[in-house]
Amino acid sequence: MGKKLLLKDDHIAGIQSYDVYRKNGGYASVEKAVKTMTTEAVVEEVKKSGLRGRGGAGFPTGMKWSFLAKPPGIARYLVCNADESEPGTFKDRYLMERIPHLLIEGMITSSYALGANTSYIYIRGEYYYVARILEKAIDEAYANGWLGKNILGSEYSLDLYVQIGAGAYICGEETALLESLEGKRGNPRIKPPFPAVAGLYGCPTVVNNVETIAAVVPIVNDGGDEYAKIGIGKSTGTKLISASGHINKPGVYEIDLGVPVEEFIFSDKYCGGIRGGKKFKAVVAGGSSVPILPADLILKTAKGEPRLMSYESLADGGFATGTMLGSGGFIVMDEDTSIVKNLWNFTRFYHHESCGQCSPCREGTGWMEKILHRILDGHGTMSDIDLLWDIQGKIEGKTICPLGDAAAWPVAAAIRHFRSEFEEYIKNPKSIKDVKHYYRLNNLQSA
Amino acid sequence: MAKVTIDGHMIEVPDGTTILQAARMIGGDVVPPAMCYYSKLKTSGGYCRTCLVKVTKGSEKDPRPMPKPVASCRTPVMDGMEVQNKTAPDLLEARAGVVEFLLINHPLDCPICDQAGECSLQDLAYEHGLSRTRYEFSRRTFQKIDIGEKIKLHMTRCILCYRCVKVAEQITDGRVHGVLNRGDVSEISTYISQAVDNDFSGNMIDVCPVGALTDRTFRFKSRVWNVNPVDAHRDCPTCSGRVMLWMKGAEVFRVTARKDEYAEVLDTPDGKPGWICNTCRFDKKETKDWIVDGPSKIDRHSVISQNHYVLQEPAHKPLLNAVQAVPTSWQLENKK
Repeated sequence: MGKKLLLKDDHIAGIQSYDVYRKNGGYASVEKAVKTMTTEAVVEEVKKSGLRGRGGAGFPTGMKWSFLAKPPGIARYLVCNADESEPGTFKDRYLMERIPHLLIEGMITSSYALGANTSYIYIRGEYYYVARILEKAIDEAYANGWLGKNILGSEYSLDLYVQIGAGAYICGEETALLESLEGKRGNPRIKPPFPAVAGLYGCPTVVNNVETIAAVVPIVNDGGDEYAKIGIGKSTGTKLISASGHINKPGVYEIDLGVPVEEFIFSDKYCGGIRGGKKFKAVVAGGSSVPILPADLILKTAKGEPRLMSYESLADGGFATGTMLGSGGFIVMDEDTSIVKNLWNFTRFYHHESCGQCSPCREGTGWMEKILHRILDGHGTMSDIDLLWDIQGKIEGKTICPLGDAAAWPVAAAIRHFRSEFEEYIKNPKSIKDVKHYYRLNNLQSA
Repeated sequence: MAKVTIDGHMIEVPDGTTILQAARMIGGDVVPPAMCYYSKLKTSGGYCRTCLVKVTKGSEKDPRPMPKPVASCRTPVMDGMEVQNKTAPDLLEARAGVVEFLLINHPLDCPICDQAGECSLQDLAYEHGLSRTRYEFSRRTFQKIDIGEKIKLHMTRCILCYRCVKVAEQITDGRVHGVLNRGDVSEISTYISQAVDNDFSGNMIDVCPVGALTDRTFRFKSRVWNVNPVDAHRDCPTCSGRVMLWMKGAEVFRVTARKDEYAEVLDTPDGKPGWICNTCRFDKKETKDWIVDGPSKIDRHSVISQNHYVLQEPAHKPLLNAVQAVPTSWQLENKK
């Protein structure tokens, strides 16, 4: 296991409190940045580090920061996206719950780099207790002079606020998040203009994931070059993976990008293998919206190379044989899992969370859910599979925000890789109750 | 100025013009359909996705094609941009998909809908939709409500274009209705029924592309194709007073704003949008209230307007000929 950067102090008792955090080298990045570095130098370090957005899309953070428009006399904002609602993803909660000051420190350093004097942490409504933890941490930071006017005697001032959302998945989309933060209905905005030009209250804004902002702390402390040494290719640094599903040791793991998937699932250092010695069937590698992959394709790419936990390797082969690293919500399924049921559950989620603004997503997600429900009820027909395929194709890429794509991709991937299971359900509705039976019946090997 | 090519037609338009506006300047087949965009309302458009177009060349500077179809109503043109609308078969298929999505929860109650005949969704479905539905589940329904004294809201028919919300925001002095809930159960509504009480609220009826918002003084009075539109004006202290009267004989059935070929209100001669007030719309239903300018020019491509249908040779012999083919003696016998 490589060196931990974000969770290195995870094991220390009382790390939630300011005193313990400070004693263990906390807030050093703020000191270093504010006292010795210019704002451009901090952005340059982040660029050098090759850090990519940890929220799902994987856009280079340094580049995102350098796109920020800087018209004179207009405020700039940094907003932290803590609206972590993707099914299967819980790394940000863990980070904020365990080491709240790391996020606060990252926010101060990042805000300094961007020249933002007001910053917000937009946190998911269900995480109200985490918001309390963060608020306490912010109070401590104010009391010790890390926030407020003239931080460390410099010219730089920063106010940091926590805003709790009202429980909508869509508010994790950056422009919907900004709308919600402004007090409006959380509907995604039509882009352009991008938030870097006109974001919060019409001012230039950067929206970053919790983990991205936390990663700025080790980057400033140790230097961007040092950070870039970890990882593989363009996937630099460490990544928090929320491992869940049928594994022996579910939890949040900090890995060096580039760890082989096989090692991640079966090594005792990480997931510890499939629970109960069962066969390994499939993985959703990056949160519910990324395409599901069957066991053989997640362990090895279509070309036969071992697949690694990195942005490039997981995406190898496009959507035909690959997937995405996404937000790092790693859901492992064993042989007893019904892909159709699982897909219905995901689709139900997207149906429930669609904002209803643009038609393909509003109408299409509900339609797909109803068809899947019908198949599970034992009333499906063979043409339903083609219909599902057609509907997902008509949603993908036609919507305002990526929620439409997120709803379409799992459906497409499930049909692409597990079509026989759909057909079996339709032909033999009784098999729905017993997936294992279906495998035995058909002499199929799930892994 | 920016040069943009849409389906092979090149036009030079001012910077900041959207693709849809440029297409409307060219006119004809090149114009993508638009259900939610309304040129007279700021920030409208982008929701319905019927105006999607394919950008095959981004601009002169950056000739890469855009990865996804874009909403032409909200995408500004770039110099050297090349756009495909009717000429891209995959795009037409995508549009047909959007139309299908719009229709799956629509009640398709055109035979009893007041909007039938001047309904944008009807036109859109004729041009881009399928002849049968693939949706086999129960459709979403809502209770009809009166959102104001003169306006009926039938949410079941709504396609959530947000136009009425923008009217309330931009033309009236305060918005009291909006979108409640989310996803496929989101609805346009007021918290208190009858709450919409504003002198310009009636324009919400004019902008509604479907039969979700209808004029309570006209509901079920007549089919729109049985009343004749006539341009008229009056000296109105609150609005332009330039309207269209829908008459049968000397009786005025309803009053609406004058509309252009895209079903948007026409500008008045001084260049302002010709919104009309509720007094003109609901209370002046006598011929003597108005000075008639002459018959209105209806050049919309609505399904009821002329020349939309091409009369085709029927496959079977018409019944009339069959009767004529019957021997005369039999006819004569029957007459007795």
